[in-house]
Amino acid sequence: MSVDLATVKRVAHLARIAVPESELPKLQGELNAILGFVEQLDEVDVTGIEPMTSVTPMAMAQRADVVNDGEIADRIVANAPVSEDDYFMVPKVVE
Amino acid sequence: MTDLTRLTLTEARDGLKAKTFSATELTQAHIASVEKARALNAYVLETPEHALKQAAASDAKLAKGEAGPLEGLPLGIKDLFATEGVRTTACSKILGNFVPAYESTVSGQLWRDGAVMLGKLNNDEFAMGSSNETSAFGNVVNPWRRSGSNVGAGAAGSIEGSYLVPGGSSGGSASAVAADLCLAATATDTGGSIRQPAAFTGTVGIKPTYGRCSRWGIVAFASSLDQAGPIGKTVRDCAVMLRSMAGHDPKDTTSVDMPVPDYEKAVGRSVKGMKIGIPKEYRLDGMSPEIEALWQQGIAWLKAAGAEIVDISLPHTKYALPAYYIVAPAEASSNLARYDGVRYGLRVPGKDIVEMYEKTRAEGFGAEVKRRIMIGTYVLSAGYYDAYYLKAQKVRTLIKRDFEDVYSAGIDAVLTPATPSAAFGIGEKGSADPVEMYLNDIFTVTVNMAGLPGLAVPAGRDSQGLPLGLQLIGRPFDEETLFSIGQVIEEAAGRFTVPERWWA
Repeated sequence: MSVDLATVKRVAHLARIAVPESELPKLQGELNAILGFVEQLDEVDVTGIEPMTSVTPMAMAQRADVVNDGEIADRIVANAPVSEDDYFMVPKVVE
Repeated sequence: MTDLTRLTLTEARDGLKAKTFSATELTQAHIASVEKARALNAYVLETPEHALKQAAASDAKLAKGEAGPLEGLPLGIKDLFATEGVRTTACSKILGNFVPAYESTVSGQLWRDGAVMLGKLNNDEFAMGSSNETSAFGNVVNPWRRSGSNVGAGAAGSIEGSYLVPGGSSGGSASAVAADLCLAATATDTGGSIRQPAAFTGTVGIKPTYGRCSRWGIVAFASSLDQAGPIGKTVRDCAVMLRSMAGHDPKDTTSVDMPVPDYEKAVGRSVKGMKIGIPKEYRLDGMSPEIEALWQQGIAWLKAAGAEIVDISLPHTKYALPAYYIVAPAEASSNLARYDGVRYGLRVPGKDIVEMYEKTRAEGFGAEVKRRIMIGTYVLSAGYYDAYYLKAQKVRTLIKRDFEDVYSAGIDAVLTPATPSAAFGIGEKGSADPVEMYLNDIFTVTVNMAGLPGLAVPAGRDSQGLPLGLQLIGRPFDEETLFSIGQVIEEAAGRFTVPERWWA
């Protein structure tokens, strides 16, 4: 399967990566090279095969349903590009 | 006094115990060595004051006889491991000046056991690469040179000539260990990122079984494949490092609650009677005769040590790399969604929040990372999930089954080459077609897909004098057998040390 320019543009938007029009054809070529490479998997018959989920079968560990962390808002926002009163600041989302 | 940086980790440990030198002296020697090797670009952050403080504390503990297993031993830490209060970037612009408020479990266990941190090591951006050419901090230089090469130290700490890559993604770790800029280093391996750079630099590296080491606090790339492990100068050094790095962590639900063996005890254990599988699918068309000869040499050494060599088949081998290039980008696209300019790192303003995301990610991610996020986004998008991701995960089951079949037939470990070639030159691969670079991981990636342990050990040289590595693949959680067999190869092949410190 190969992707056309419109698909590359759509995927870039889904991935939230701005791609200038001029770079789309190069990216298209690279993505198609990778998609062409993975096409080999079409040869494999996976009828009745379960997808792999873990190396060794193990039950998901559970922890006690109690608060075990918190009250560290200042440390959580310490690396934020913009923050105010321990809140992350973003451009207006809801009008 | 002898040059303390030339010691192996275990020699240094024994020297500290015998009080031949102090942890402070050992650390100072390494700090000086790191300063002189800046042209190699192995470290992206040096932390000499932090190291000397830890060394002083270690000297106090050594004096009181309270030394931990790694007491006073200076290490380098791949910049993928979060280190509390010390900048951690995954070598990406998008993390900018991120300073974690927490320590990764694996690095925390090293400090618990007394180790000293010299600094943070270069790697491919978000560990995506096989040559360390995608780092936001620039390329790492391989301390090895081809015989008769024009590479040398240039003016003002630069490098002259077309140097070799150290492999990747743990290129800084491998280069630092090979150039004696630390006694050992942490690394991570998603498709070969420990074993391939180890093979390119004449060092030893082990990717443990998935779940053996906690992934908590390690910058995530592909969560079902990522695993931490050490790169060291010898098999024994790696065994000692892994014992400290491994162990159950309630903060990582995929980490396994099993006791951690004293891996060093496995080093030197006899391999007599062990069954070593030689998979015919690893004999590629057009494979270099040097790699074939290396493999045959490894077979001969293990036979001489009393192991039984068995021809085996792992029929789905050729599908591991294509399946990997679905699974890894898919998981990466999901993991890297968190870099959006809100909670940490780079932010590029936009007219609304979506434009801010798009501009931030366009500016912050490098070309290879963007490519993989795009592939991942595509294969997970509506209508394609079953055809790509689900199919690839089914192929993984088949790859894993191949190994289960040979292990249940009595095979103890599998011997293969580690890489299809020795280290290549900067800019030589992948510029036209990204797949050319991906093919470097052809022998290592099956191991991640099946979640198994894999050890790379240097075993020979190519015609240009560069080191070549062999890979041993083990049963799940049987790293001990790999250390035993690896030691046999190391004893037969000898160590591969860089002939000259031409950069200093």
